[in-house]
Amino acid sequence: MNKDIAIKVCAGTGGVASGGEEVLSAFRNSISSAGLEATIYEKCSAHRVGCRGFCAKDVLVDVIINGEKTTYKHIKPDMVARIFDEHIMKGNPVTEWIVGEAYFNFHNKQTKVVLSHCGEIDPEDINAYIAVGGYKAAKKAFASMSPEEIVDVVKSSNLRGRGGAGFPTGIKWELGLRIESDIKYVICNGDEGDPGAFMDRSVMEGDPHAVIEGMIICAKATGSHHGYIYVRAEYPLAVKRLQMAIDQCKQSGFLGNNIFGTDFGFDLKIFQGAGAFVCGEATALMRSIEGKRGMPTPKLWRSAEKGLWDKPTVLNNVETFANIPRIIMNGANWYRNLGTDRSGGTKVFSLSGKVKNTGLIEVPLGVTLRDIIFDIGGGIEGEKSFKALQTGGPSGGCIPAEFLDTEVDYESLAQVGSIMGSGGMVVLDETSCMVNTAKFFLEFTQAESCGKCTPCRIGTKRMLEILERITSGNGKEGDIELLEELGHHIRATSLCGLGMTAPNPVLSTLRYFRNEYESHIRDKKCPAAVCKDLITYSVLEEICNGCGACKRACPADAVRGKRKSPHRIDPEICIKCGTCFDACKFKAIIKI
Amino acid sequence: MTNSIPEIENHDVIFVIGSNTTETHPIIGLRMKKAVKRGADLIVADPRRIDLVRSSSLWLQQTPGTDVALLNSIMHVIVKEDFIDKKFIEERTEGFESFKDSLDEFTPEAGERITGVPKEKIVKAAFLYGDAVRPGIYYTMGITQHTHGTENVYAIANLALMTGNLGRESTGVNPLRGQNNVQGATDMGCIPDFYPGYQRVDVPGIKQKFEKAWGVKLSDKPGLKAPEMIRAAIEGKLRALYIMGENPILSDPDVRHTINALKNLDFLVVQDIFLTETAELADVILPSACYAEKNGTFTNTSRTVQRIRKAVEPPGDAKADSYSISELGKRFGYEMNYNLMEDIFQEAKKLWPALVGVTYKRISKAGLQWPCPTLDHPGTPYLFKGGFPRGRATFTSVRYRASEELPDNDYPFLLSTGRQLFQYHTGSMTRRVDAINMVSPGAYIEIHPDDADKLNVRDGDIVKVTSRRGSLDIEVMVSERPLKGLVFIPFHYREAAANLLTNTALDPVAKIPELKVCAVKIEQSNK
Amino acid sequence: MVTLKIDGKKVTVRKLSTVLDAARKLDIPIPTLCHHPELSPFGGCRLCLIEIKGYPKPVASCTTFAKEGMEIITASPSLEKLRRTTLELILSDHPKDCMVCERAGDCKLQELAYFYGIRENRFEGERRIYTKKDNNPFVAREMEKCILCGQCVRICDEIQGVGAIDFAYRGLKTKICPPFEKDLDCEFCGQCVSVCPTGALTGKMWAHKGRQNFKEVETVCPYCGCGCNLTLHVWRNEVIRVSSKEDTINEGWLCAKGRFGYGFIHSPDRLAKPLIRTAPKEGVDLNKPQNSSRFTIHDSQFKEVSWDEALDYIAVKLKETKEKYGSDAVGGLSSARCTNEENYLFQKFIRAVIGTNNVDHCARY
Repeated sequence: MNKDIAIKVCAGTGGVASGGEEVLSAFRNSISSAGLEATIYEKCSAHRVGCRGFCAKDVLVDVIINGEKTTYKHIKPDMVARIFDEHIMKGNPVTEWIVGEAYFNFHNKQTKVVLSHCGEIDPEDINAYIAVGGYKAAKKAFASMSPEEIVDVVKSSNLRGRGGAGFPTGIKWELGLRIESDIKYVICNGDEGDPGAFMDRSVMEGDPHAVIEGMIICAKATGSHHGYIYVRAEYPLAVKRLQMAIDQCKQSGFLGNNIFGTDFGFDLKIFQGAGAFVCGEATALMRSIEGKRGMPTPKLWRSAEKGLWDKPTVLNNVETFANIPRIIMNGANWYRNLGTDRSGGTKVFSLSGKVKNTGLIEVPLGVTLRDIIFDIGGGIEGEKSFKALQTGGPSGGCIPAEFLDTEVDYESLAQVGSIMGSGGMVVLDETSCMVNTAKFFLEFTQAESCGKCTPCRIGTKRMLEILERITSGNGKEGDIELLEELGHHIRATSLCGLGMTAPNPVLSTLRYFRNEYESHIRDKKCPAAVCKDLITYSVLEEICNGCGACKRACPADAVRGKRKSPHRIDPEICIKCGTCFDACKFKAIIKI
Repeated sequence: MTNSIPEIENHDVIFVIGSNTTETHPIIGLRMKKAVKRGADLIVADPRRIDLVRSSSLWLQQTPGTDVALLNSIMHVIVKEDFIDKKFIEERTEGFESFKDSLDEFTPEAGERITGVPKEKIVKAAFLYGDAVRPGIYYTMGITQHTHGTENVYAIANLALMTGNLGRESTGVNPLRGQNNVQGATDMGCIPDFYPGYQRVDVPGIKQKFEKAWGVKLSDKPGLKAPEMIRAAIEGKLRALYIMGENPILSDPDVRHTINALKNLDFLVVQDIFLTETAELADVILPSACYAEKNGTFTNTSRTVQRIRKAVEPPGDAKADSYSISELGKRFGYEMNYNLMEDIFQEAKKLWPALVGVTYKRISKAGLQWPCPTLDHPGTPYLFKGGFPRGRATFTSVRYRASEELPDNDYPFLLSTGRQLFQYHTGSMTRRVDAINMVSPGAYIEIHPDDADKLNVRDGDIVKVTSRRGSLDIEVMVSERPLKGLVFIPFHYREAAANLLTNTALDPVAKIPELKVCAVKIEQSNK
Repeated sequence: MVTLKIDGKKVTVRKLSTVLDAARKLDIPIPTLCHHPELSPFGGCRLCLIEIKGYPKPVASCTTFAKEGMEIITASPSLEKLRRTTLELILSDHPKDCMVCERAGDCKLQELAYFYGIRENRFEGERRIYTKKDNNPFVAREMEKCILCGQCVRICDEIQGVGAIDFAYRGLKTKICPPFEKDLDCEFCGQCVSVCPTGALTGKMWAHKGRQNFKEVETVCPYCGCGCNLTLHVWRNEVIRVSSKEDTINEGWLCAKGRFGYGFIHSPDRLAKPLIRTAPKEGVDLNKPQNSSRFTIHDSQFKEVSWDEALDYIAVKLKETKEKYGSDAVGGLSSARCTNEENYLFQKFIRAVIGTNNVDHCARY
């Protein structure tokens, strides 16, 4: 009996963090210790694959026997033996560990373009990429397309910058092509810095060759011979795999001099950033490569005219480049038709927060927010109700339930006060305080401000101070107006995108959840019972049976009461840590 | 300078040879860096890794004293690669053919052998300079303070002439004057063979002009140059010396020799603002006013005549130098009375037409560059626009000649002396500024790390440095700056006066001493 | 050349001029704190915002090229409000010690606060506090007063080519410091001091020497041959500070010696009386400190005399030498430290009075 067996273990950063490497070696050990019976298995391989998106269920393992795939979730090394014995040896899958309906729902509503190879092929092997059609697009571009033709295809695909601003990629390339210069650069912006965002990382880890192929095509289209991939040093796996990919490309003649046998040369290097959020801003990123402090510089020139070292530079995001090979191969129409009138294709989002299914998703532009949250995301966790969707990371805003039918696109999200951004999506439910949420994001942007311009450096700090005042119960009448004034001021006067968008979380929550701010200020209450200084814990005497769990758990000795009779919390001593709330099995403790 | 300072930023190639510009002429150094920023290529030829090397596209680290060989081999390549400006050579120069032949032996290989500069770099320098549109050459005492300093300067002139790189904006040859008014002192005739305005004392007609103007008979015998005066004092031929604002004991080579000379004088007057080392040997000391205490003009290195103005009163009875000179004149029965400082300037102008257009009023805000022959002349930012004053410029073939005193077994190191950023000249002024002394407290000798290893000395150690003329104890600064085998001592510090060691050998023409090359040995100090 | 309209007035400027350049050409004041004409555009202070017809929001005039046909408004109620708020923000992170600040009266921030009449501040909050690292003898750094205009960083990098300081940290904690926050250790040209718009960087040697009523005297530096123009600040017969103006041949730039090396003028070592030797000449002991001469040699070997006595004596001795050994036994050495006029007189004296051409100066060293 000949069986064709493949075992794929998720080895993206999420998978590795959950023990992917150990799971992989457990499989390998099992296979080799079963070596005696190797004659039975003509072909049995176990290899690592890149992130497959559904990180909440890591470690994910595919066991494919004669083409029939079974996916397991939450696999630990000690579970490998059983899968090996029962499934691989005897052919009986371990049903209780197999992923459920949620997993399929999660995948079925998506359209994978950029992520199509992630989790499917070995990212460390160029041949795996070539086997699924990799570098065909680049070869095509070099063999049969002029730079103008490439630019035309990209232009008519309606691909727009996936870094968040949505500048039409084709037009950017056209500018880069038209400018004459002895030296031009292509830069891939892999400095993904939004908290909770890992779209680009997953692509770099799971399909590094697609990014490189996109850059090679861009080099050809714009006549550039030098390229950089700017990756933050906090992405060691991405750096490692990109470097492997670059080395393999050089060996294969896809990078270096005379690529694809032509007289065209393209030299690609990785530049590791030191993890400043602001270095995701194009001008700051280029200063960083130049060896200067990563600070945005005024845009007297477009980067396409004077960018890196004052030379024409085309800078695109990871996801943008990863789309390029598919567009070249499948044509502009195919890509354009995937999306809306104004923007073609798909977009990757990292879905997180209070939804059932969290992880990386890829959807065609034009899908509604409702589809994303309730179909792909599987709805809100627990029996809570949806409150808002935060999109676009710290530069974005909060979208309330009334706009759930908004179609995802650059313009429509801007219209409701948020942004597409690089693709973060955080679902908030009724237990989320909107003032606190705004404060969280502002804390981040304030700390990450490069300090160059006044409104961003001092203005965001002052806004943060006002929010801190409000959430600690010291808010004053007029604070809301001051926040609004400062927010609009910072938006209008800041030097770069970081500053201009920093007030967005505050301004959008003020727009849709102003009442929450008012409760904090006027009633000194946090409606979602999140802001510590504004809540009190108390015991519902009619429910409390005096079990004493809360008393034992309290670190501050604030709970009083005799055994078997209702307890009481001394508000003077209570430090509002919430330990008693979690300890009570009878829901006798409330916070208001 | 044949060009003006603002023109520096428009050079496309700057060739700096024997000038540590950013330390000795910091603000000119800034202009060079600006030019580099604007795309100019900077070639630095210096045995030390001076600060400018950081901004350079090419650094030629020649052995001190081999500049002629370096320049000649660069010119050899320029001829070979046909970078020469035939039209310029034909119309404005003479003697090119025989000069050209003199370059034959200076192949890049020969250049490398003598100078230690790899031949590829010599070729690259030739291509950079030869191909330039607006190149400028800059040099200071790294070129001149040699027994063959004159030849060095001729070699530079040859380079500029053969490529036609003279007489245009941002194109020329620019010796940088080291001190604030060296240019002016020379212009005004404080040189033994020229009256004011470079008019020779021994040319008939000129003397008569000055005799008429000054109302006395004058000598037509060129006088002694400063180093010759010191020698003449030793020999007893010079008996009295009047020194106004100079400190030769620290600045001239071989301190002991200078002290002996000055002590040997019958009479020494020193006029200064401080009791300098030289003043210690004076018979009479006259207290002077410093720059902030007097009116007049200074002429900077780019021939710009600028006003200086009295800001404060001099201390005590100190008086401006003009007072003592006029008063002495009076005591000799020769009246030198002027109502205003400008009257003196007016008198000088009458004798030197190049200054006629300069008046105090015209330079009240910004200076004027001579030649400025008429009152409506805008001054001359760069020289030789229409041609050379003497007609055709002559090529002078120069042969390489080794320096007088080279390292040997007894004195194995080559010593160069020079300046440092914070201190100035003999330190009489800067060493009296506390803040400057804090950052630049004392003398040091720069030694290459390999040499330091060999000598078994470390940073901060005190070593004894000895030459055939004297010795001193000095702190070691281990540094990658000097070439291996080369050591460097700044001459500002009296307690370790570099000139105790230096050689009094002179250039036969310019009589400039060979302060850039002498042989020393270095030992552990007993101190 | 491009022509544009600013506040209704037409102006023509060279291509690649900024809107700010164009406005300055028309003498229209636009407030700025971070702009310097010789340094690269920065766009940090955000005070120079202007409105351009057809643009969705205000832009910084210092970082916007003037374009043909632009119509610009430099002052409107909404612009003034933006500027005022920005100023309030800057002042909310700035000490209010103008009373004792070295730069009071000469501070751009103070001046703007005055024009905008900012007394109360709606944004009082956390301020930056620094531990002083201040052992260098030239530059006093009160970094609480720093408004992060970046001019010091740019001048140090772009003009001086040194790069001794840069921005560090992020957010409100952003500060300008040498690497690893060490004390300043650089060329001490003081260019940073010359461009600082506030009291953050000042010269230590001019602290508490006077902020007003000093006289400014334009003159030329006594050190190297560059001939940099100096402005001496004089108060009660004392040079209390040296600066240089932008429209000079040195463009206002100076080095450490030019800017900070003026202390010798008022040195106690200065010679104040003519001296005549009273004891035989000894050698010169170079191992004694520089200022020892005034206190030891001065008193033990010389006596103070009147000018007449000194000059008479010199005249007698020179005449004697001339008569006995001839004119050529006398020589004169002049100096670059002396003016053209003095040098002219000196050679005239040696040539016309003594009768020899033995006159030279220090050009060889």
